[in-house]
Amino acid sequence: MHELSLSRQIAAIVERAADGRPVREVELDVGHLRQVVPETLEYCWGLVVGGGPLDGAALRIRRIEAVVACRECGASTTLRGIPMIRCGTCGAAAVDVVSGEEFLVRSIEVGDADPTDGESPTTKE
Amino acid sequence: MGRFHRHDDGSVHAHEHSGHAHEHSHGHEHSHGHEHEHDHDHEHGAHDEARAELIGDHSGYRTGGERIDVLERIFDENDAAAAANRARFDDAGVTAVNLMSSPGSGKTTILAKTLERLQRGARIGIVEGDIETSIDADRLRGFGAQISLLNTGNGFGGECHLDAPMVARALRDLDLPSIDLLLIENVGNLVCPAEFDVGAHRRAMVFSVTEGEDKPLKYPVMFRSVEAVVVNKTDLLPYLDFDVELFERNLMTVNPTATVIYASAKTGEGLDEWLAWLAADSAVAAD
Repeated sequence: MHELSLSRQIAAIVERAADGRPVREVELDVGHLRQVVPETLEYCWGLVVGGGPLDGAALRIRRIEAVVACRECGASTTLRGIPMIRCGTCGAAAVDVVSGEEFLVRSIEVGDADPTDGESPTTKE
Repeated sequence: MGRFHRHDDGSVHAHEHSGHAHEHSHGHEHSHGHEHEHDHDHEHGAHDEARAELIGDHSGYRTGGERIDVLERIFDENDAAAAANRARFDDAGVTAVNLMSSPGSGKTTILAKTLERLQRGARIGIVEGDIETSIDADRLRGFGAQISLLNTGNGFGGECHLDAPMVARALRDLDLPSIDLLLIENVGNLVCPAEFDVGAHRRAMVFSVTEGEDKPLKYPVMFRSVEAVVVNKTDLLPYLDFDVELFERNLMTVNPTATVIYASAKTGEGLDEWLAWLAADSAVAAD
Protein backbone atom coordinates (compact mmCIF):
# COMPACT_ATOMS: atom_id res chain seq x y z
CA MET A 1 0.00 0.00 0.00
CA HIS A 2 2.93 2.30 0.62
CA GLU A 3 4.87 1.22 -2.44
CA LEU A 4 4.29 4.61 -4.04
CA SER A 5 6.13 6.50 -1.34
CA LEU A 6 8.78 3.80 -1.22
CA SER A 7 9.29 4.22 -4.96
CA ARG A 8 9.88 7.91 -4.43
CA GLN A 9 12.46 7.22 -1.77
CA ILE A 10 14.18 4.71 -4.03
CA ALA A 11 14.16 7.19 -6.91
CA ALA A 12 15.78 9.84 -4.73
CA ILE A 13 18.54 7.47 -3.66
CA VAL A 14 19.11 6.28 -7.21
CA GLU A 15 19.23 9.78 -8.66
CA ARG A 16 21.82 10.84 -6.14
CA ALA A 17 23.94 7.78 -6.81
CA ALA A 18 23.60 8.02 -10.60
CA ASP A 19 24.67 11.64 -10.62
CA GLY A 20 23.13 12.38 -13.99
CA ARG A 21 24.08 9.16 -15.75
CA PRO A 22 21.28 7.10 -17.28
CA VAL A 23 20.25 4.21 -15.04
CA ARG A 24 19.54 0.85 -16.64
CA GLU A 25 18.83 -1.20 -13.58
CA VAL A 26 18.29 -0.80 -9.88
CA GLU A 27 19.05 -3.77 -7.65
CA LEU A 28 17.03 -3.88 -4.44
CA ASP A 29 17.29 -6.17 -1.45
CA VAL A 30 13.86 -6.78 0.07
CA GLY A 31 13.53 -8.95 3.17
CA HIS A 32 10.55 -11.23 3.57
CA LEU A 33 9.58 -9.42 6.76
CA ARG A 34 9.08 -6.24 4.79
CA GLN A 35 5.55 -5.72 3.62
CA VAL A 36 6.52 -4.95 0.09
CA VAL A 37 4.66 -6.52 -2.80
CA PRO A 38 7.15 -6.74 -5.67
CA GLU A 39 4.54 -6.43 -8.41
CA THR A 40 3.03 -3.36 -6.75
CA LEU A 41 6.45 -1.85 -6.24
CA GLU A 42 7.26 -2.33 -9.91
CA TYR A 43 3.97 -0.75 -10.93
CA CYS A 44 4.50 2.23 -8.67
CA TRP A 45 8.11 2.53 -9.75
CA GLY A 46 6.90 2.92 -13.33
CA LEU A 47 4.51 5.68 -12.27
CA VAL A 48 7.12 7.53 -10.29
CA VAL A 49 9.95 7.44 -12.82
CA GLY A 50 7.88 7.70 -15.99
CA GLY A 51 8.87 10.72 -18.05
CA GLY A 52 11.72 11.62 -15.72
CA PRO A 53 15.45 11.00 -15.74
CA LEU A 54 14.99 7.45 -14.46
CA ASP A 55 12.42 6.51 -17.09
CA GLY A 56 13.13 2.99 -18.29
CA ALA A 57 15.28 1.96 -15.34
CA ALA A 58 14.35 -1.60 -14.39
CA LEU A 59 13.95 -2.86 -10.85
CA ARG A 60 15.73 -6.06 -9.96
CA ILE A 61 14.34 -7.30 -6.67
CA ARG A 62 16.24 -9.79 -4.53
CA ARG A 63 13.97 -11.32 -1.93
CA ILE A 64 15.87 -12.14 1.24
CA GLU A 65 14.54 -14.97 3.36
CA ALA A 66 13.61 -14.33 6.96
CA VAL A 67 15.95 -16.15 9.33
CA VAL A 68 15.92 -16.01 13.12
CA ALA A 69 18.59 -17.24 15.52
CA CYS A 70 17.49 -18.69 18.85
CA ARG A 71 18.98 -17.18 22.00
CA GLU A 72 18.21 -20.34 23.95
CA CYS A 73 19.55 -23.14 21.77
CA GLY A 74 21.37 -21.24 19.06
CA ALA A 75 19.48 -22.89 16.21
CA SER A 76 18.77 -21.01 13.01
CA THR A 77 15.22 -21.05 11.63
CA THR A 78 14.05 -19.89 8.23
CA LEU A 79 10.53 -18.51 8.56
CA ARG A 80 8.03 -19.61 5.96
CA GLY A 81 4.47 -18.51 5.42
CA ILE A 82 3.16 -16.77 8.50
CA PRO A 83 6.21 -15.41 10.25
CA MET A 84 6.06 -17.10 13.63
CA ILE A 85 8.87 -15.28 15.30
CA ARG A 86 10.16 -18.17 17.33
CA CYS A 87 12.75 -20.91 17.20
CA GLY A 88 11.83 -23.81 14.94
CA THR A 89 13.93 -26.21 16.98
CA CYS A 90 13.09 -25.56 20.62
CA GLY A 91 10.11 -23.21 20.26
CA ALA A 92 11.65 -20.39 22.28
CA ALA A 93 10.31 -16.92 21.59
CA ALA A 94 13.61 -15.25 22.41
CA VAL A 95 15.07 -15.00 18.95
CA ASP A 96 17.03 -12.45 16.99
CA VAL A 97 16.15 -11.66 13.42
CA VAL A 98 19.25 -12.45 11.40
CA SER A 99 17.85 -11.55 8.01
CA GLY A 100 14.54 -10.65 6.45
CA GLU A 101 14.28 -6.99 7.43
CA GLU A 102 16.52 -5.72 4.63
CA PHE A 103 15.22 -2.98 2.44
CA LEU A 104 17.95 -1.24 0.56
CA VAL A 105 19.20 -0.14 -2.80
CA ARG A 106 22.08 -2.55 -3.25
CA SER A 107 23.49 -1.29 -6.52
CA ILE A 108 22.63 0.43 -9.76
CA GLU A 109 23.81 -0.13 -13.28
CA VAL A 110 24.45 3.03 -15.21
CA GLY A 111 25.26 3.62 -18.84
CA ASP A 112 27.23 6.38 -20.45
CA ALA A 113 26.00 9.90 -20.11
CA ASP A 114 24.82 9.80 -23.72
CA PRO A 115 22.45 6.87 -24.02
CA THR A 116 21.86 5.80 -27.57
CA ASP A 117 20.42 2.45 -26.61
CA GLY A 118 16.72 2.89 -26.25
CA GLU A 119 16.17 -0.71 -25.33
CA SER A 120 16.67 -0.54 -21.62
CA PRO A 121 15.60 -3.76 -19.99
CA THR A 122 12.07 -3.97 -18.76
CA THR A 123 11.27 -5.35 -15.40
CA LYS A 124 8.75 -7.99 -16.30
CA GLU A 125 7.74 -9.49 -19.58
CA MET B 1 8.45 13.07 -12.07
CA GLY B 2 4.78 13.41 -12.77
CA ARG B 3 1.77 14.23 -10.72
CA PHE B 4 2.35 11.48 -8.20
CA HIS B 5 5.35 13.30 -7.06
CA ARG B 6 3.64 15.26 -4.33
CA HIS B 7 5.67 16.07 -1.29
CA ASP B 8 4.32 18.76 0.88
CA ASP B 9 5.80 16.96 3.82
CA GLY B 10 9.07 18.44 2.75
CA SER B 11 11.08 15.32 3.16
CA VAL B 12 12.29 13.97 -0.08
CA HIS B 13 13.42 15.08 -3.46
CA ALA B 14 14.22 18.56 -2.32
CA HIS B 15 16.78 18.71 -5.06
CA GLU B 16 13.98 18.60 -7.56
CA HIS B 17 11.44 20.84 -5.96
CA SER B 18 13.00 24.16 -5.41
CA GLY B 19 9.61 25.79 -5.47
CA HIS B 20 8.39 24.15 -2.28
CA ALA B 21 9.01 25.54 1.11
CA HIS B 22 10.97 22.62 2.44
CA GLU B 23 12.16 22.32 5.94
CA HIS B 24 15.08 20.03 6.24
CA SER B 25 15.34 20.34 9.94
CA HIS B 26 16.01 16.67 10.25
CA GLY B 27 19.20 17.21 8.36
CA HIS B 28 20.67 15.06 5.72
CA GLU B 29 23.67 14.02 7.64
CA HIS B 30 24.04 11.03 5.43
CA SER B 31 26.01 12.28 2.51
CA HIS B 32 24.84 12.13 -1.01
CA GLY B 33 27.67 9.96 -2.07
CA HIS B 34 27.81 6.32 -1.31
CA GLU B 35 30.86 6.12 0.82
CA HIS B 36 29.07 6.54 4.14
CA GLU B 37 29.13 3.89 6.79
CA HIS B 38 26.31 1.45 7.15
CA ASP B 39 25.66 -0.48 10.26
CA HIS B 40 24.02 -3.47 8.73
CA ASP B 41 26.92 -5.79 8.38
CA HIS B 42 24.72 -8.82 8.30
CA GLU B 43 23.34 -7.65 5.03
CA HIS B 44 26.69 -7.92 3.42
CA GLY B 45 28.00 -11.37 2.94
CA ALA B 46 24.81 -12.89 4.24
CA HIS B 47 23.58 -12.47 0.75
CA ASP B 48 24.51 -15.71 -0.74
CA GLU B 49 22.33 -16.38 -3.71
CA ALA B 50 20.81 -19.33 -1.89
CA ARG B 51 19.04 -16.91 0.41
CA ALA B 52 17.90 -14.51 -2.22
CA GLU B 53 15.38 -15.18 -4.88
CA LEU B 54 15.10 -12.86 -7.81
CA ILE B 55 11.72 -11.63 -8.87
CA GLY B 56 10.87 -11.22 -12.48
CA ASP B 57 12.39 -12.47 -15.67
CA HIS B 58 15.84 -11.06 -16.01
CA SER B 59 16.98 -13.20 -18.89
CA GLY B 60 17.04 -10.14 -21.07
CA TYR B 61 19.28 -8.40 -18.62
CA ARG B 62 22.21 -6.90 -20.44
CA THR B 63 25.62 -6.30 -19.07
CA GLY B 64 28.11 -3.76 -20.21
CA GLY B 65 27.05 -0.83 -18.08
CA GLU B 66 28.86 0.19 -14.98
CA ARG B 67 27.54 -1.25 -11.75
CA ILE B 68 27.74 1.03 -8.76
CA ASP B 69 27.32 -0.20 -5.20
CA VAL B 70 24.87 1.99 -3.36
CA LEU B 71 23.95 0.00 -0.23
CA GLU B 72 21.65 2.68 1.03
CA ARG B 73 18.72 1.70 3.19
CA ILE B 74 15.49 2.97 1.71
CA PHE B 75 14.24 4.08 5.11
CA ASP B 76 17.42 6.02 5.91
CA GLU B 77 15.90 9.39 5.18
CA ASN B 78 12.75 8.67 7.17
CA ASP B 79 14.79 7.20 10.01
CA ALA B 80 17.01 10.27 10.16
CA ALA B 81 13.91 12.45 10.39
CA ALA B 82 12.50 10.13 13.06
CA ALA B 83 15.70 10.42 15.09
CA ALA B 84 15.48 14.20 14.82
CA ASN B 85 11.86 14.11 16.05
CA ARG B 86 12.86 11.89 18.95
CA ALA B 87 15.67 14.26 19.88
CA ARG B 88 13.22 17.15 19.94
CA PHE B 89 10.85 15.15 22.16
CA ASP B 90 13.70 14.28 24.50
CA ASP B 91 14.89 17.86 24.70
CA ALA B 92 11.38 19.00 25.62
CA GLY B 93 10.75 16.17 28.07
CA VAL B 94 7.96 14.76 25.92
CA THR B 95 7.05 11.07 25.80
CA ALA B 96 5.66 10.28 22.36
CA VAL B 97 3.38 7.33 21.63
CA ASN B 98 2.57 6.16 18.11
CA LEU B 99 -0.99 4.84 18.17
CA MET B 100 -2.01 2.64 15.25
CA SER B 101 -5.03 0.58 14.24
CA SER B 102 -7.26 -0.43 11.39
CA PRO B 103 -10.02 2.01 10.38
CA GLY B 104 -13.01 1.84 12.69
CA SER B 105 -11.30 0.15 15.61
CA GLY B 106 -12.36 2.92 17.97
CA LYS B 107 -8.96 4.55 18.22
CA THR B 108 -10.31 8.09 18.26
CA THR B 109 -12.97 7.18 20.84
CA ILE B 110 -10.29 5.63 23.03
CA LEU B 111 -8.29 8.82 22.62
CA ALA B 112 -11.25 11.02 23.50
CA LYS B 113 -11.87 8.97 26.66
CA THR B 114 -8.17 9.13 27.42
CA LEU B 115 -8.20 12.92 27.18
CA GLU B 116 -11.38 13.14 29.22
CA ARG B 117 -9.81 11.11 32.00
CA LEU B 118 -6.41 12.77 31.87
CA GLN B 119 -7.38 16.37 31.39
CA ARG B 120 -7.02 17.45 35.01
CA GLY B 121 -3.50 18.80 35.03
CA ALA B 122 -2.21 16.57 32.27
CA ARG B 123 -0.34 18.25 29.47
CA ILE B 124 -1.22 16.31 26.35
CA GLY B 125 -0.47 16.87 22.70
CA ILE B 126 -2.15 15.10 19.81
CA VAL B 127 -0.94 14.65 16.26
CA GLU B 128 -4.00 13.55 14.35
CA GLY B 129 -3.31 11.81 11.07
CA ASP B 130 -6.15 11.40 8.65
CA ILE B 131 -6.26 11.09 4.91
CA GLU B 132 -9.05 13.65 4.67
CA THR B 133 -11.32 15.67 6.97
CA SER B 134 -10.88 17.11 10.44
CA ILE B 135 -13.64 14.93 11.90
CA ASP B 136 -11.35 13.11 14.30
CA ALA B 137 -9.48 16.23 15.36
CA ASP B 138 -12.82 17.95 16.02
CA ARG B 139 -13.88 15.07 18.26
CA LEU B 140 -10.79 15.57 20.36
CA ARG B 141 -11.18 19.30 20.92
CA GLY B 142 -12.44 20.65 24.22
CA PHE B 143 -10.29 18.50 26.47
CA GLY B 144 -7.47 21.00 26.85
CA ALA B 145 -5.01 19.13 24.67
CA GLN B 146 -2.93 20.74 21.98
CA ILE B 147 -3.97 19.25 18.65
CA SER B 148 -2.17 19.31 15.33
CA LEU B 149 -4.11 17.92 12.39
CA LEU B 150 -2.22 16.26 9.55
CA ASN B 151 -4.25 15.52 6.46
CA THR B 152 -2.23 13.21 4.29
CA GLY B 153 -4.54 13.37 1.28
CA ASN B 154 -4.28 15.69 -1.64
CA GLY B 155 -7.55 15.13 -3.42
CA PHE B 156 -7.03 11.74 -5.04
CA GLY B 157 -6.25 9.41 -2.23
CA GLY B 158 -3.33 10.11 0.00
CA GLU B 159 -0.68 8.55 2.11
CA CYS B 160 -1.74 5.51 4.02
CA HIS B 161 0.56 6.24 6.92
CA LEU B 162 2.35 8.98 8.79
CA ASP B 163 6.06 9.24 8.22
CA ALA B 164 8.64 11.11 10.24
CA PRO B 165 8.83 14.24 8.05
CA MET B 166 5.03 14.59 8.21
CA VAL B 167 5.13 14.42 11.99
CA ALA B 168 7.96 16.96 12.00
CA ARG B 169 5.66 19.27 10.07
CA ALA B 170 2.85 18.71 12.57
CA LEU B 171 5.15 19.66 15.43
CA ARG B 172 5.19 23.24 14.16
CA ASP B 173 1.67 23.63 15.54
CA LEU B 174 2.57 22.31 18.98
CA ASP B 175 4.42 23.87 21.88
CA LEU B 176 6.47 20.87 22.94
CA PRO B 177 7.90 22.25 26.19
CA SER B 178 4.38 22.55 27.57
CA ILE B 179 3.52 18.94 26.69
CA ASP B 180 4.34 15.84 28.72
CA LEU B 181 2.68 13.18 26.59
CA LEU B 182 2.29 13.32 22.81
CA LEU B 183 -0.18 10.89 21.28
CA ILE B 184 0.35 10.43 17.56
CA GLU B 185 -2.81 9.01 16.04
CA ASN B 186 -1.67 7.32 12.87
CA VAL B 187 -3.76 6.74 9.75
CA GLY B 188 -6.10 3.77 10.19
CA ASN B 189 -4.29 0.98 8.39
CA LEU B 190 -2.74 -2.29 9.55
CA VAL B 191 0.02 -2.39 6.96
CA CYS B 192 1.96 0.73 6.18
CA PRO B 193 2.18 2.60 9.50
CA ALA B 194 4.15 -0.30 10.98
CA GLU B 195 6.96 0.32 8.53
CA PHE B 196 7.58 3.98 9.29
CA ASP B 197 9.33 5.15 12.44
CA VAL B 198 7.89 8.56 13.28
CA GLY B 199 10.18 9.20 16.23
CA ALA B 200 7.83 7.98 18.96
CA HIS B 201 9.26 6.32 22.06
CA ARG B 202 6.50 3.75 22.34
CA ARG B 203 4.07 2.07 19.97
CA ALA B 204 0.62 0.79 20.72
CA MET B 205 -2.35 -0.29 18.68
CA VAL B 206 -6.08 -0.40 19.14
CA PHE B 207 -7.68 -3.57 17.88
CA SER B 208 -11.40 -4.25 18.10
CA VAL B 209 -13.04 -7.60 18.67
CA THR B 210 -15.18 -7.13 15.56
CA GLU B 211 -12.05 -7.51 13.43
CA GLY B 212 -11.61 -11.24 14.08
CA GLU B 213 -9.06 -13.40 15.87
CA ASP B 214 -6.96 -14.00 12.78
CA LYS B 215 -5.69 -10.46 12.30
CA PRO B 216 -2.35 -10.88 14.12
CA LEU B 217 -1.50 -13.64 11.65
CA LYS B 218 -2.63 -11.60 8.67
CA TYR B 219 -0.83 -8.42 9.74
CA PRO B 220 2.14 -9.80 11.67
CA VAL B 221 4.40 -6.83 11.04
CA MET B 222 1.93 -4.46 12.66
CA PHE B 223 1.17 -6.69 15.62
CA ARG B 224 4.87 -7.39 16.07
CA SER B 225 5.79 -3.70 16.03
CA VAL B 226 3.83 -2.64 19.12
CA GLU B 227 4.40 -2.96 22.85
CA ALA B 228 0.74 -2.89 23.76
CA VAL B 229 -2.50 -3.95 22.11
CA VAL B 230 -5.73 -2.40 23.36
CA VAL B 231 -8.50 -4.87 22.52
CA ASN B 232 -11.47 -2.55 22.19
CA LYS B 233 -15.26 -3.02 22.02
CA THR B 234 -15.29 -5.80 24.58
CA ASP B 235 -18.88 -4.77 25.35
CA LEU B 236 -19.77 -6.50 22.07
CA LEU B 237 -18.28 -9.85 23.05
CA PRO B 238 -21.64 -11.36 24.08
CA TYR B 239 -22.90 -10.82 20.53
CA LEU B 240 -19.86 -12.11 18.68
CA ASP B 241 -18.14 -15.42 18.12
CA PHE B 242 -14.81 -13.79 18.90
CA ASP B 243 -12.53 -16.35 20.58
CA VAL B 244 -10.38 -14.47 23.06
CA GLU B 245 -8.03 -17.38 23.69
CA LEU B 246 -7.46 -17.95 19.99
CA PHE B 247 -6.77 -14.26 19.50
CA GLU B 248 -4.19 -14.25 22.28
CA ARG B 249 -2.58 -17.38 20.89
CA ASN B 250 -2.34 -15.72 17.47
CA LEU B 251 -0.97 -12.54 18.96
CA MET B 252 1.63 -14.40 21.00
CA THR B 253 2.70 -16.21 17.85
CA VAL B 254 3.90 -12.98 16.28
CA ASN B 255 4.55 -10.90 19.41
CA PRO B 256 5.19 -12.95 22.54
CA THR B 257 5.90 -9.94 24.74
CA ALA B 258 2.93 -7.71 23.90
CA THR B 259 0.88 -6.21 26.72
CA VAL B 260 -2.80 -6.93 26.10
CA ILE B 261 -5.39 -4.57 27.53
CA TYR B 262 -9.05 -5.49 27.18
CA ALA B 263 -11.11 -2.34 26.99
CA SER B 264 -14.36 -0.80 25.97
CA ALA B 265 -14.38 2.87 25.15
CA LYS B 266 -18.15 2.66 25.51
CA THR B 267 -18.36 1.23 29.03
CA GLY B 268 -14.99 2.42 30.27
CA GLU B 269 -13.71 -1.07 30.92
CA GLY B 270 -9.94 -1.33 30.83
CA LEU B 271 -9.35 2.39 30.57
CA ASP B 272 -7.55 2.48 33.92
CA GLU B 273 -5.13 -0.11 32.71
CA TRP B 274 -4.60 1.76 29.45
CA LEU B 275 -4.02 5.04 31.29
CA ALA B 276 -1.55 3.32 33.59
CA TRP B 277 0.31 1.98 30.56
CA LEU B 278 0.42 5.46 29.03
CA ALA B 279 1.56 7.07 32.26
CA ALA B 280 4.17 4.43 33.04
CA ASP B 281 6.86 6.10 31.03
CA SER B 282 5.85 9.72 31.06
CA ALA B 283 5.44 12.68 33.36
CA VAL B 284 1.66 12.32 33.17
CA ALA B 285 -0.12 11.19 36.30
CA ALA B 286 -2.62 8.43 35.70
CA ASP B 287 -5.28 10.09 37.73
